[in-house]
Amino acid sequence: MRKAILALADGTIFEGASFGAEGEAIGEVVFNTSLTGYQEVLTDPSYKGQLVTMTYTQQGNYGINSEDIESVRPWVEGFIVKDSCLYPSSWRSSESLMGYLKRNQIVGISGIDTRALTRIIRDKGAMQAVISTGDRDVDRLVNKARTSQGLVGVDLVKEVTCKQPYRWTEELWTLENGYRKTALKEKKYKVVAYDFGIKRNILRNLAEAGCDVTVVPATTTAEEVLGMNPQGIFLSNGPGDPDAVPYAKENISKLIGKKPIFGICLGHQILSLALGGRTFKLKFGHRGGNQPVQDLLTKKVEITSQNHGFAVELESLNGIAELTHINLNDRTVEGIAHKKLPIFSVQYHPESSPGPHDSQYLFKRFTDMMDSCK
Amino acid sequence: MPKRTDIKKILLIGSGPIVIGQACEFDYSGTQACKALKEDGYEVVLVNSNPATIMTDPTLADRTYIEPITVEMVEKIIEKERPDALLPTMGGQTALNVSVKLAEAGVLDKYNVEMIGAKLPAIKKAEDRELFKLAMQKIGLEVPRSGNARSLEEALKIIETMDFPVIIRPSFTMGGMGGGIAYNSEEYENMVRFGLECSPVNELLIEESVIGWKEFELEVMRDNNDNVVIICSIENFDPMGVHTGDSITVAPAQTLTDKEYQNLRDASIRIIREIGVDTGGSNIQFSVNPENGKVYVIEMNPRVSRSSALASKATGFPIAKIAAKLAVGYTLDEIANDITKKTPACFEPTIDYVVVKIPRFAFEKFKNADPTLTTQMKSVGEAMAMGRTFKEAFQKALRSLEIGSSGFEKKIRKTREELIFRATEDEMDAIREMLKTPRAERLWYLAEALRAGMHVDDIYELTKIDRWFLNNLRDLTEIEEGIYWQGKSGQLSEEILRKAKENGFSYKMMSSLTGMPEEEIRRQAKEAGIVPVFKTVDTCAAEFEAFTPYFYSTYERPFYNINDRDNKASACEAAPTDRKKVIILGSGPNRIGQGIEFDYCCVHASFALREEGIESIMVNCNPETVSTDYDTSDRLYFEPLTFEDVMAIVEKEKPMGVIVQLGGQTPLKLSVSLEKAGVKVLGTSSDSIDMAEDRERFDKLLEKLNLKKPASGTARSIDEAVRIAGSIGYPVMVRPSYVLGGRAMEIVYDEMSLIDYMTRAVEASPEHPVLVDSFLQNAIEVDVDCISDGESFVIGGIMEHIEEAGVHSGDSACSIPPYSLDPALMDEIRRQTKLMAKELKVIGLMNVQFAVKDNDIYVLEVNPRASRTIPFVSKAIGKPLAKLATKLMIGKTLKELGFTEEVTPSYTSVKEAVFPFIKFPGVDILLGPEMKSTGEVMGIWHDFGGAFAKSQIAAGNRLPLKGTVFISVRDADKPQIVPVARELADLGFKVIATGGTARILKENGIEVEKVYKVAEGRPNIVDKIKSREVAMVINTSFGAKSVADSYSIRRSSLDLGLPHFTTVAGARASAQGIRAVLKGGLDVKPLQEYHTDLLESLKLQNLQPAK
Repeated sequence: MRKAILALADGTIFEGASFGAEGEAIGEVVFNTSLTGYQEVLTDPSYKGQLVTMTYTQQGNYGINSEDIESVRPWVEGFIVKDSCLYPSSWRSSESLMGYLKRNQIVGISGIDTRALTRIIRDKGAMQAVISTGDRDVDRLVNKARTSQGLVGVDLVKEVTCKQPYRWTEELWTLENGYRKTALKEKKYKVVAYDFGIKRNILRNLAEAGCDVTVVPATTTAEEVLGMNPQGIFLSNGPGDPDAVPYAKENISKLIGKKPIFGICLGHQILSLALGGRTFKLKFGHRGGNQPVQDLLTKKVEITSQNHGFAVELESLNGIAELTHINLNDRTVEGIAHKKLPIFSVQYHPESSPGPHDSQYLFKRFTDMMDSCK
Repeated sequence: MPKRTDIKKILLIGSGPIVIGQACEFDYSGTQACKALKEDGYEVVLVNSNPATIMTDPTLADRTYIEPITVEMVEKIIEKERPDALLPTMGGQTALNVSVKLAEAGVLDKYNVEMIGAKLPAIKKAEDRELFKLAMQKIGLEVPRSGNARSLEEALKIIETMDFPVIIRPSFTMGGMGGGIAYNSEEYENMVRFGLECSPVNELLIEESVIGWKEFELEVMRDNNDNVVIICSIENFDPMGVHTGDSITVAPAQTLTDKEYQNLRDASIRIIREIGVDTGGSNIQFSVNPENGKVYVIEMNPRVSRSSALASKATGFPIAKIAAKLAVGYTLDEIANDITKKTPACFEPTIDYVVVKIPRFAFEKFKNADPTLTTQMKSVGEAMAMGRTFKEAFQKALRSLEIGSSGFEKKIRKTREELIFRATEDEMDAIREMLKTPRAERLWYLAEALRAGMHVDDIYELTKIDRWFLNNLRDLTEIEEGIYWQGKSGQLSEEILRKAKENGFSYKMMSSLTGMPEEEIRRQAKEAGIVPVFKTVDTCAAEFEAFTPYFYSTYERPFYNINDRDNKASACEAAPTDRKKVIILGSGPNRIGQGIEFDYCCVHASFALREEGIESIMVNCNPETVSTDYDTSDRLYFEPLTFEDVMAIVEKEKPMGVIVQLGGQTPLKLSVSLEKAGVKVLGTSSDSIDMAEDRERFDKLLEKLNLKKPASGTARSIDEAVRIAGSIGYPVMVRPSYVLGGRAMEIVYDEMSLIDYMTRAVEASPEHPVLVDSFLQNAIEVDVDCISDGESFVIGGIMEHIEEAGVHSGDSACSIPPYSLDPALMDEIRRQTKLMAKELKVIGLMNVQFAVKDNDIYVLEVNPRASRTIPFVSKAIGKPLAKLATKLMIGKTLKELGFTEEVTPSYTSVKEAVFPFIKFPGVDILLGPEMKSTGEVMGIWHDFGGAFAKSQIAAGNRLPLKGTVFISVRDADKPQIVPVARELADLGFKVIATGGTARILKENGIEVEKVYKVAEGRPNIVDKIKSREVAMVINTSFGAKSVADSYSIRRSSLDLGLPHFTTVAGARASAQGIRAVLKGGLDVKPLQEYHTDLLESLKLQNLQPAK
């Protein structure tokens, strides 16, 4: 098996085996603690610019199937695992994880101590790193990691957003029927969704909730959106630094007060910026499917799926919006609502995929909001 | 919501004796619950009949009732204690069932006791198959097609709509007792009859078979704010058809995509809500069709369970503790996660390792038992292991089993050279047969099948074990082949060494693959820098810092920083302290002969060390136990108890010593090799241990001390055995040396059976010779526990056995104080015990077994270690012997500890053994020198009769108060049975007996009715038993023929749950017990009160002027 090296900007060198494409990948190295769902992680556009390690050791057990995808292709820059399974076992599997990475030109490294790596990230924070299957010069690799640009201030959204608007019809997956499609005319709510790197399960949830969704590129202007006369506007998740997409902030500022708005993850952060708030970078972010979030209204706790490296500073919202959801692990902002307008957003992923379905009620909250604004 | 203040006193019900399906996991959960409730200021009243538990330690609950867990007794406790609430979910099925009965009988209403955790309707909805099915249908979940039957007729009607095979599940039984899989109508009818008998409500569920489907379990918790979290998912290696307790299980689930897993998660949440378990943990089982993912809900346990204990150990999340807190009103977000301290318990643990549990079976103990694994649980214990990968964890679990396995030993071709072989057609058939039928040893045949070149798909067709698991096993056989080939050169490459260790190969296994000495392979690995590291079990996959030192070992590749290139190492998280510390070696998986008693002792060692300010480090691999709770000891290593694994910990921790004498045979057998490796064994030296174990050395010691023992000899061949037996005279007791629990011990009455035994036994233990002892017939057996600091000696307890010598001490009932021994004789027993303790320089505990015959005392056996009876004695005398012994081992004296006088209680404590026979249809229940009991109960009362009666009730042997007693005894017992029969007749019983016995009784003026033996005609005694005309059976037999003749009597009385006594002594005690119940009635009294009485009487004694 071909060797691979993972070199971190702090100088740490892990030597393992290559299990994806040959080559080199640079990105911010982050860990995800989900026990299942590597295929969804790989295809989540929010991981653009990142090297992802899964803390669970056995990856690839159930292979890759045609259904569990969150976008057209995998977006992670590189994939880091302890053990990669060569003989997947699942009635839905059509290829192995390794074959999939190779086919999609994703570099991977396996056989390293991913727990040690996670502890480094936890202690020192997410940092730039390089996976290389060719170059063995560790000094050069570390240097590459150190001099690479990182996420802060970089517009990654433009890399992942759609080029043309499109309409979405697919609904949620069921064991019996897979993804169901319903005729558009049955959909009650016309929604425009800004694609900052949108996960398909958000669209499926919106469709399931009765939305006729038109997905538009991130650069679509507020006027264009309003010209489509939607009942509600959705702001999607996406990769990287919210401050690096000023055009999105400006467009959304213009939409505030015009239509009901619902934002998720990067959408939540950009909305906060548009409301006059600030975001900051977390030490190593939240990535996994077990984060406890409390709904401050009901006091109920939902176990949530998360994937973010930045967070909103509550105080910066100056009372325009109020805190609705809080992370019980580190008390960071997980959800806000505008005090007067039909606008709310969450930092986590109610669409899950991967992760628990506890928060799907938020999509209904969005349609209820549109109902009351008719 | 904060905790409730309207309740102050809570009654907690334990699970009673260890039986198959209900083991130490409920001591673990009960202990956690008890601690959690006390921590919150509640007064805890506890009832449990099992003295070997930590939960029944008088320091744990406020009031501890070691009483039978029956409606009558618990009602008495409720009447006396007036608790505000009852927590029914911590003591397994036993606690749940008795709570349901208490509620239904109106007891809870009468005394205004609230059931917390799970309410009656929820319990019924979860436990009653019909209600459960309806509930599932209501929330849109599917269950296998099924029907309920309350009679054979109903069952026959149901089967018309289904195809074989079908599964039969009796309602309200634990461990799936009485259940099974029927493949044809004959089997079906038999199983229905048996199942109806087993069910306390005479009801069963007949279910469409999903044999071969994948099986998953989810551990769910809910609080009263309706927050629900999943603690752990578990995938069964063995597919549906094998009880999950008998199945190898793996956490987390391995072969579910996120979509499929979330589907089960959603279902679990809907289920716990619909069933209405308000607070606490539940276990939900699903089966999944491997072809299309179709899901059936199999069952739900509305309480903590074996699986929740496993899930707690596997994730670090203390389910029982949290469940107890939720029951008193806390919500999940209000409780902190102990391990991270900073985050709340309201989350779902995630892990970065794999956990494998393998069950431990004991079929070798039960001749004629069917070893096929079915839906009725048959395993007696389990071992769990953790590794970074499935392969590593799996191999660690194999060597944790304590069955002499170090990995995948060969079964078909046993020589090393034939590792990979071309199987003959016969061998192939043998392999296929072993794969087709699930049995304990199927695992090893999976490896043989792979070695013989069988394709994974073919193995799958035969076993339906998921290909993911099979492919992992195939990887292991490929690695072993690599080790084998490289071993030929006598030097293993760094690459193969690393690969082997990363995949969990033990040095012992590598040695047997290569023929290289274990030590040499270890040396080569060390030279290549391959050493184990320890990782933390932290509930969160390292996302947060962990504050609880709970570790497992693994092998990881080293890494480095370019600023410090020479410092290339793999990351170890153990971070040993520089405190004074002691390692306690635990007892491994439960098995017959070594169970919870030893875990009790190890936990006490930990408590003692803590009290002395010494760091306690526990090593054990049994997930059911209190010892493997992360807050029992200062540090916990969840590791196999092999020399290799223990040494790795010793080298890392560098303790002042290791305690081996409290965990039974498992750690004891490591003592010599540990000492050789320079490790300090605390307490009694390994030389003394050897002196007691080695028959020849021991004989010399007795000779020196001028003590008697039964005539004996040591045989290394069949001829020698025959010669020795001839000179001693038959009957003789034979056994291999170095055994625990009387493994392979038998009494043989003639030369032919001796030769037959030798052929079997020598195979059972090839390295060790066979001991041949004269068997003392009708002798009284006495067990003595003694504690010593090397200078002074105190008797812990003298226990007189009820059953005569020849019945294994673990299977015999016994009494403290003795009920028939002459005081002078007891003094002599004391003298002899102390003499031996002194000679063996015992520091810590010692157990001696004596036989008394015609006022002569014979030493049968000495064990310089904690015995099975330590917890029982400790509770009987109110002194924590294991804790005291630990303090002696670290240098304290008895005087310093204030324990210098033997305690003789004024009340009587009786220990009775509990047997698993009901789980093994076709097995004889006759007792002998080979131990067969799985657990024990204790009865305490002011007199022997009452204490014995309580012990019988607690053991499920319900002594009748009226009706017909059947008596049939062997000739030798006839004189002794007369007074017993007379007593029973006096108490109002009708006596019936077979010919010879009836004659003797009639001759002695006892009114008796003669009944036919089975061979004599009909209606015979078995007919009478089956038509329920008999209330109690007394039946002793002698010799092979008589034993065989009377088998159906014993078996039928067992199957109908009749009390049956197979010894005169047992019968005599039962008569006394019945008298005590009839004359005086039995009341309840907490352990704390007995102990206070003891203290008072001691004070009085001390006030009296010295004689």
